Amino acid sequence: MLHALSLGLVLYCLWLLLSGYFEVLLLSLGGLSVIAIVWIAHRMDVIDHEGHPIHLTARAFLYWPWLTAEIVKSNIDVAKVIIQRKMPISPSVIEVKATQGTELGQVIFANSITLTPGTVTIAIDRDIMVVHALTREAAEGLQTGVMDGRVTAMEAHKGPYARSRTGPEGGAG
Amino acid sequence: MEMLLDAISWLLILVGSVFLVVGGIGVVRLPDMFARMHGAGIIDTLGAGAVLIGLIFQAGLNIVSVKLVLIVVFILFTSPTTTHALARAALNGGVRPRVEAPPEDAPTGGGGESSKT
Repeated sequence: MLHALSLGLVLYCLWLLLSGYFEVLLLSLGGLSVIAIVWIAHRMDVIDHEGHPIHLTARAFLYWPWLTAEIVKSNIDVAKVIIQRKMPISPSVIEVKATQGTELGQVIFANSITLTPGTVTIAIDRDIMVVHALTREAAEGLQTGVMDGRVTAMEAHKGPYARSRTGPEGGAG
Repeated sequence: MEMLLDAISWLLILVGSVFLVVGGIGVVRLPDMFARMHGAGIIDTLGAGAVLIGLIFQAGLNIVSVKLVLIVVFILFTSPTTTHALARAALNGGVRPRVEAPPEDAPTGGGGESSKT
């Protein structure tokens, strides 16, 4: 129910910002379409903690600035590699352990890896991410596990969403 | 103030353009498909991101800048997904990443991985 309400609110704000109309008729038409969409989403059973992770919102705003800084840093690294005449790349395929307790956390981790240039997640097998790294530095940076720890700390919770195996112990939630 | 905002905006747009060009060069120069995805990653993140943030400074605080923010957010959410889809399609199609370092812990290949994603 909370997820449905929140989804409706987000959809309505999105509609409002994209339309830019503030007349009563149009506002109520927008409201009606939002209600219809939430109803359809409810019937499709896609309103849940994965499609609409409101429990992460606060901590996500702590995670994103850090991720942005990482993205900028690795962008500069990869750009330097590309424009060098000899292109000192050493592509490798490495395996990284993902300590997240939920599939949503794993998705966030995999997407974070892919968003930072120099590393791309190409496959996942339970809690092992198969990552293609462009340079040795990128691979080593990922293997320090800093990003993994950050994501795990962000999704750390005791809620009902943990996967079947026991979740990560604590974390800095 | 106006001048300062303009300067920041143009700086960001120029930086973004440089990264777009570098990413494009990377897509052409890098040796194999998986390495080229890293070049495309530059275009997706800092290239498009910096240009769009620069445009937000041009637009000022109004409904246009909100739409630009939404574009940035949607790019950041969708581009890893497309990259995963591309990588999986390539793996399933039999393309193997060209690896230079000695493969101490290379995966056994596409056949064994679970179909979880």
